[in-house]
Parts: sequence; structure tokens; C-alpha cells
Amino acid sequence: MPEPDFDEGAAISATGAGGVGQGAIAPTGTGAAMDLAISEGATLERTPGGPEGTGPAGKPRSLWGDAWRDLRRNPVFIVSGLIILFLVVISLWPSLIASGNPLKCDLSKAQLGSRPGHPFGYDGQGCDVYTRTVYGARTSVTVGVCTTLGVALFGSVLGGLAGFFGGGWDALLSRITDIFFGIPVVLGGLVFLSVVTSTTVWPVIGFMVLLGWPQIARIARGSVITAKQNDYVQAARALGATNSRMLLRHIAPNAVAPVIVVATIALGTYISLEATLSYLGVGLKPPSVSWGIDISAASQYIRNAPHMLLWPAGALAVTVLAFIMLGDAVRDALDPKLR
Amino acid sequence: MGRYVIRRLLQMIPVFFGATLLIFLMVNVMGDPIAGLCGDKACDPATATRLKQEFGLDKPVWQQYATYMGNVFTGDFGTAFNGQKVTELMSTAFPVTIRLTIIAILFEIVIGITLGVVTGLRRGRPIDTAVLILTLVVIAIPTFVTGLVLQLVLGVEWQWIKPSVPPDAPFDKLLIPGLVLASVSLAYVTRLTRTSIAENSRADYVRTAVAKGLPRHRVITRHLLRNSLIPVVTFIGTDVGALMGGAIVTERIFNIHGVGFQLYQGILRQSTQTVVGFVTVLVLVFLVANLVVDLLYAVLDPRIRYA
Repeated sequence: MPEPDFDEGAAISATGAGGVGQGAIAPTGTGAAMDLAISEGATLERTPGGPEGTGPAGKPRSLWGDAWRDLRRNPVFIVSGLIILFLVVISLWPSLIASGNPLKCDLSKAQLGSRPGHPFGYDGQGCDVYTRTVYGARTSVTVGVCTTLGVALFGSVLGGLAGFFGGGWDALLSRITDIFFGIPVVLGGLVFLSVVTSTTVWPVIGFMVLLGWPQIARIARGSVITAKQNDYVQAARALGATNSRMLLRHIAPNAVAPVIVVATIALGTYISLEATLSYLGVGLKPPSVSWGIDISAASQYIRNAPHMLLWPAGALAVTVLAFIMLGDAVRDALDPKLR
Repeated sequence: MGRYVIRRLLQMIPVFFGATLLIFLMVNVMGDPIAGLCGDKACDPATATRLKQEFGLDKPVWQQYATYMGNVFTGDFGTAFNGQKVTELMSTAFPVTIRLTIIAILFEIVIGITLGVVTGLRRGRPIDTAVLILTLVVIAIPTFVTGLVLQLVLGVEWQWIKPSVPPDAPFDKLLIPGLVLASVSLAYVTRLTRTSIAENSRADYVRTAVAKGLPRHRVITRHLLRNSLIPVVTFIGTDVGALMGGAIVTERIFNIHGVGFQLYQGILRQSTQTVVGFVTVLVLVFLVANLVVDLLYAVLDPRIRYA
């Protein structure tokens, strides 16, 4: 067993994040939506994350092999995985289960309830709620996946390099992340996006990457600092490995677990954030088909026709729940402390 | 301790200026600061030039920012689109939002910690699983959906509450909005307390306390809770800032005339002074809350010493 990294984690947060409070548990800044990911990630941040010490006495398995074996037996993982698979399929080919056109509306049918062939009824403009709910999945999944990819890429590269090289760059990065954590995320979204006139998903994704990367950067930084102190990294250095080889071959595989977990959980919260921004009228704009837009439009007619609100809201909740559960399951599988 | 406080205060300065500068740039460079001043029409070019000169908008951006910050530090936040002082708007809006935040925090403390302790001590039992699933569901449903549904069910269908809150917003009318605002954080507090309690209940000092024959409630309140609540207190402290910033959604749903309402109006009316002013104050609240939390750490956990 390597030396427990618990102290290490505390030391990191004390020096780096500007106080004992911030790095260790405290989810700061980017709004409640992203807090779960940070707090859940923090437990991982302290764990070695390496393959050593986790395998039983017999044939040593890698962390990933172990995790995969755990995941396959975890009902939470199977259920959330199936939901996500379904969502991805219908966002790629929505016409598989919805034959209509989400933009084809008939005002004479506005706010009508469930009909044969139109199980979810019609919305305020007389559009078919079922078709719009199905097509809305594409927007949400696109926003969630693109944001997560962007955030994970920026965050882990910047955070990882800062953690590896330390010194001035590290201090600078910590201060920059502090600045971004100081902006409440919904407020920032209102201010930033209210001046954007584009109707595509890209400004929203860009904004969320801008405010989301510091979270991953912090996790990646702590995780790299923990990993780089391991003996095998020192051994690699002694053997004359270059910085890039040490980073890519030795540190990255052992430091990536917390980033994956936090990113998965965050994916759900990004989808939720997009809907919130669209609800406030600054996220996506029509003619984009988005659950947030539909919920926002339906909220005005909530007394007369609650079905218009409940279907897209239900779809949104199930989607976010699926990603959070997936992240939870992956974390349980990757965290050796829970074994 | 004193040196630590000074170091933290010094660290806050660049963060404060960085965050406000970002907001300032976004509003003034990407947006059009005078667009809201000519009513719903666009300003004609001559008026626009005159207004720009009058407000110093023809000067370089850094100079505008410096002037603005100088004014802020003398208590002058400028005027809103309708000629009202921004500080006046603040004095009516902040008490409402502070009341809302207090209610939300109380919900977090009372319900969140209770549920967390109950589940943490019964890990793996049905009640634990049920509460865990419930927290996941609460986290998964965005606040604005929770708010709208509660407004529909409690306010319109069952008529337990008024669907919208009167402008003076007394405490009792803010209960349900407070619960909505707290909901997601409430779930985090529950999960955090649960994890912390479950982890600490296996600690040596708890075993010692049990072994020396202390009654169960004393072990829990004196030994287990005191140590387990440290991360929870930290979370709730940092949440103060997040709640005040996040109240914008709740305030919009229940038509509460607080900070979120004013900010939303400011953005709709393109009143840059209102937006930048309110956000500046919120950033400040957020930073101070974080500082207080870091200092509380030493009070709660005597093992932590600040050098």
C-alpha cells in the first residue's frame, strides 16, 4: 500500500485553493447545479486512483477491470445506461419513434389534451407535445455532451499541467479559477447570453464551457498532484523519462478517474442548466426545439393545460437523473474506499 | 490566524476585480449600454453620440471600469433606466432576497441534517435507500420545474398558498418559495451529512465513546455530530452566495420582488447600471461568505491551524 493520500489532499487544498475550506469539500461558485459533482469528486481526489493496492491477493486486476466488473453487476448502472442509450438513439434518429414534424403546428388544436395518435396532447401553439418532446432530446443531449467534452478537455489539460509543473503557472491558474467560481452561474448566463442573438446551441455551449472548466481544472490539478508523488513516477523520472512521457504514460491514466466521474455527473447538470437558461429566455431560442423552451412557454398556461409542462419536464428530469445515476455508479466502482 | 485573514483578504482582491471586470466587459462591450435609454426604439445617431459623451462611454474601456469602481466604492451605483438610484432598488430588493435565503438555509439545516443523520446511521436499510433515491430525484429535477409544479399543485389546485407573493414578501408567504430554492441544496446537505456520518461512525473515537458506556444519543450528538458536521457547515456557508444568485429563478416563478426580479428587469430593459451593480454586490457577498466559512473551519476543528 502506498502512503495514504489523505494528508496530501488536505495539503493541496490548503495551499492551492486558497484555504482549507475550498478544495477539500466545499463546492463553491458555479451554482448549486454543479455542486454535487464537486463534492462527489472530492472523495475521489484523495484516493490513489492507481491500480496498486486494489487487487486481491490472487491475480492483480487493473482499476478499470475491477470497475467494469463492478459496473456490470450494478443495477443502477444498467438502468441508467439503457436510458442514456435510448436517449442517444432518439437524438440521432428522432423519426424512429416520432413520425411528425415538431415545427408543424395547428393553432385550432392549441392546448388540447391527449388524443389518439397524439398521446401527450398539444401545446399552446397547437404543436404535438409528443413530437416536440422526442425532438427536444437531441438539443439536450448535444448541449450536454459537447459541453462536457469541452469542459473536460480544457479543464483537464490546464489543471493537469498546472498540477504537474506547479509554481507560478499553478498559482495563476488557481487565481483564475477563483475568479470564475466567484460568478454565480445563472447570473453569469443571464448577463453573457442576453447579448447574444444567435439561435444555435453554440453560444450556450460556449458559455457553459467558459464557466465550467475551472471545476474540472481543480479536480484534475489535485488528482495530478496526488499521482505525481507516487513511487513509479519517481522511478520513471530516475530512468530519464521526459515530462511528456511521464504525464501521458504514468500520471494521466492514474489521475483521470476523478475527472471522468465529475464530468459524467456534471453532464446531467449541464442539461439542467441549459433548460434553466432557456426557461429564463436567454438560452436557446425558437425555432430550436428544447425542453427548456417548451417548459417556459407552457408555464404561462399552467392553470389550463398542465400536460404541456409535465411531459417535457418529466423527460428533462429523467435525462438528468440518468446521467447523475451513471456518474454515481461509476464513482462507486472507481472508489476503492467503498470496497 | 491574523496573518491568515490578511492573506485571504488580499487574495480576495484580484478575484473581486477579475469577476466584476468580466461582468463589466460582457455588459459594456458585447451589449449596448445606451440601448435601454431611448425606450423601446433605437436611439438616433446624434442622440447616441451625445449620450455616449455624457456617460463617458467614448473613453477607453479600462477607464470606464476604473471610473465605475471608483464610484462604487463611494457608494454610487448609478441610476437605473427609469432614473431611480440603483442603491434605492437594492435597499428594497435585498431584504426580500435575504429573507428568502434565510428560510432556504433553515430548511437545509433542519431537514437536510436530520435526514442525513437518520440515513447515515442506518446505511443500507430501506429508509436509507428511499431517502437516497429521493435526493437523486430532487437533484435531477431542475428548480424551475419543482417551483412551477409546486405552484400549480399547492397554489392553484389545492389553494394552500397564494401562487404569487405580495411585494412586501413577509416570512410566512416565502415558506414554499424558500423550500423550492433550498430543494437542490437540501438534497446535497442530506447526502453530505450521510456520507460524513457513515464515515465517522467507524472512527476510533466513536468506538471509544461507545465502549466507555456513553448513552447512544450522547455519542451521536457530542462525538459523532460535532466532527461530521464540519463539511456540512462549509457547504451551507458557501451556499449562501449561490442561493442569493440562484434565487433569480425562484423569484421569477413566484413573482417575488427581490434581487433576481430587479436583475431580470435590468437585463430586459438593458439597464447596465442595475445589472453590473447587483452582480458586483452578489460577487462580494459570495466572496465574504467563502472567507467566513474558511475561518469557521478553525473554530469547528481545533486540529486545523492557520499559519
